[in-house]
Amino acid sequence: MEKLIALLIAAPLLGAAVLLVGGRRLDRVGHWIGTLLSTASFVFGLLLFADLLGRNAEHRTLTQHLWSWIPVEGFQADVTLRLDQLSMTFVLLITGVGSLIHLYSVGYMEHDERRRRFFGYLNLFLAAMLLLVLADNYLLLYVGWEGVGLASYLLIGFWQHKPSAATAAKKAFLVNRVGDMGLSIAIMLMFTTFGSFAFGPVFGHVGDASQGKLTAIGLMLLLAACGKSAQVPLQSWLGDAMEGPTPVSALIHAATMVTAGVYLIVRSAAVFNAAPDAQLAVTVVGAVTLLFGAIVGCAKDDIKKALAGSTMSQIGYMVLAAGLGPIGYVFAIMHLVTHGFFKAGLFLGAGSVMHGMNDEVDMRKYGGLRKYMPVTFVTFGLGYLAIIGFPGLSGFFSKDKIIEAAFAKGGTEGWILGGAALLGAAITAFYMTRVMLMTFFGEERWKNRPTRSPGAPSAEPAAEHRGEHAEPHPHESPKVMTIPMIVLAVGSVLGGGFFSIGDRFLHWLEPVTGHSEGHSPVSAGEVTAATMVCLVIGVAIAWAQYGRKPVPAVAPRGSLLTRAARRDLLQDDFNHVVLVRGGEHLTRSLVYLDHSLVDGVVNGTAAGFGGLSGRLRRFQNGFARSYAVSMFGGAALLVAATLLMRAV
Amino acid sequence: MNPVNYLYLAGLLFTIGATGVLIRRNAIVVFMCVELMLNACNLAFVTFSRLHGNLDGQVFAFFTMVVAAAEVVVGLAIIVSLFRTRHSASVDDASLMKL
Repeated sequence: MEKLIALLIAAPLLGAAVLLVGGRRLDRVGHWIGTLLSTASFVFGLLLFADLLGRNAEHRTLTQHLWSWIPVEGFQADVTLRLDQLSMTFVLLITGVGSLIHLYSVGYMEHDERRRRFFGYLNLFLAAMLLLVLADNYLLLYVGWEGVGLASYLLIGFWQHKPSAATAAKKAFLVNRVGDMGLSIAIMLMFTTFGSFAFGPVFGHVGDASQGKLTAIGLMLLLAACGKSAQVPLQSWLGDAMEGPTPVSALIHAATMVTAGVYLIVRSAAVFNAAPDAQLAVTVVGAVTLLFGAIVGCAKDDIKKALAGSTMSQIGYMVLAAGLGPIGYVFAIMHLVTHGFFKAGLFLGAGSVMHGMNDEVDMRKYGGLRKYMPVTFVTFGLGYLAIIGFPGLSGFFSKDKIIEAAFAKGGTEGWILGGAALLGAAITAFYMTRVMLMTFFGEERWKNRPTRSPGAPSAEPAAEHRGEHAEPHPHESPKVMTIPMIVLAVGSVLGGGFFSIGDRFLHWLEPVTGHSEGHSPVSAGEVTAATMVCLVIGVAIAWAQYGRKPVPAVAPRGSLLTRAARRDLLQDDFNHVVLVRGGEHLTRSLVYLDHSLVDGVVNGTAAGFGGLSGRLRRFQNGFARSYAVSMFGGAALLVAATLLMRAV
Repeated sequence: MNPVNYLYLAGLLFTIGATGVLIRRNAIVVFMCVELMLNACNLAFVTFSRLHGNLDGQVFAFFTMVVAAAEVVVGLAIIVSLFRTRHSASVDDASLMKL
């Protein structure tokens, strides 16, 4: 059975190779090849899952040694794959949700002439992510980590003819590089501390390392996770990444990429358990991000950006849970899986809405779409109910557990973290209700739209002729797009209950991550009640603002916080002022130093020799007799010197 | 007669030759002064040979004569061709070899 593990990665990798090397002749079948190979990987995953289920809980770790990668004395890097319960969960999520997104993209990208290439990149993304979760050492994980970064760059910038997409891709890549530096430093620290970077030796010798080194490794791993998972302070790329095609957003947010950071933290549980300071940093990052993302999500009118803020916030929940230690690891992963379902569903739904609305993303130009897109409405609605934690749906179970675990942290920290998580739940309910109401309810704001703003009646007549701003005709998407949405909606509804009832997920994952019950100052029932109250408050406020009153077609000015949140809480401005300006000043001063000091020395030397040579040149005047004088003078000097030496 | 006097003569001839090379402009005269310096050297060689009572100096004198003869051939040829192209035998006119 171990032999199958490599095939998990090989199938999508083969797909990527065939599609990208195969060229135009594969244009007609390329998308089906990609979907087939991704599904094949899912089937292999199911086979392995069945195999694992047939074993005892202690024997559920399979390893497959492929080859020795860098065999050097004292430095042994192997290509070894490790499949345990944690990797298995990720494999099923990545390949399952990934395959559904592949299928959806067949319809979504139908009119894109570069569809084959798109599927090649999607397969590459899956292969890189699978390598990341299956690696048995940090160096191999790093390969997958970088592969994910590359694939995300290619996909976010897929419509590279749009300057905004090209910039967004570059931004995502650069911000991720900062996180990657963290991971590579963590690997180096591990190597110097433990003499190895394979999971087994590192986790086995955690007890021997000093507290300072463990904290350093933990913080560097956290930095890496922040980059990939879009956590504060490396979160700025996620909103811009919406420039990619919508299936890409679904893939990045649900199955691959942003989940990598959570995986890294949970996988390195042994390190974090031994470094409480690093753990505290993880919880703080998680709590800050979950509020940050939620606030941003409230202010965005772009449906995809609102969902992106929501992802940031939900990943914040997972990071928070992962930072809580053994009381939270299982719930972090559980929320990750349920989030994978409903967030993929929501993004695919958003893509379906855009598909029917001439690629319009502004929710202020939607409204009343439930009549025109019944399937999208129902699936999106179920995803919505799941994410806000409606009782019985998957988000209810997984998010509740995280909030409970946050309180169980104990002490003042527990109250602060738990309070932040509760507040986050209320804001989640608010912004998701807002998205729902603005898109599917209310008046049909896309009808009889005055040309652009009323102030400028004939703003862009040419655009009208091109049909770009013509009144859209909302319609339901084809079956190939709605089927994945339906499957994901079913997952969003049933997943949480299936995992939670009887603690199935807990028993499955416990052998890898470990689990302990905290001593919560509040009972589980009280937490659930508080969450419900928050949920109702959030929904009620949103309904009062967007359900009862008509939604203005032009965004009102809004309060200071709203305006800041529209600009992603000034994250780009912050980066600009601190990093860009700071970097500019640094480089300018370095350039000045280079010009004045380094160039001064070099140029001064050159000028000195130049002047000297200019003087010496005068001796070569072309007159034979003056040369003769120098010769005689020289000879006379030699004779005099010889005589002098003789005399001495 | 004291052989050292020959050395004085050789020094005198060399000085005359060197002065001629430095101050005269006519290439032929400069050339003759060079020959004068060579012959002053020859005289010194022969004198030293006599003083030390061996033949080494005389052998060198013969070598110098042979080299001087060859040099005359080349030198005169250069002077003649220079005169043909520039209609002048002044060494100061041929001052193009400079930066």
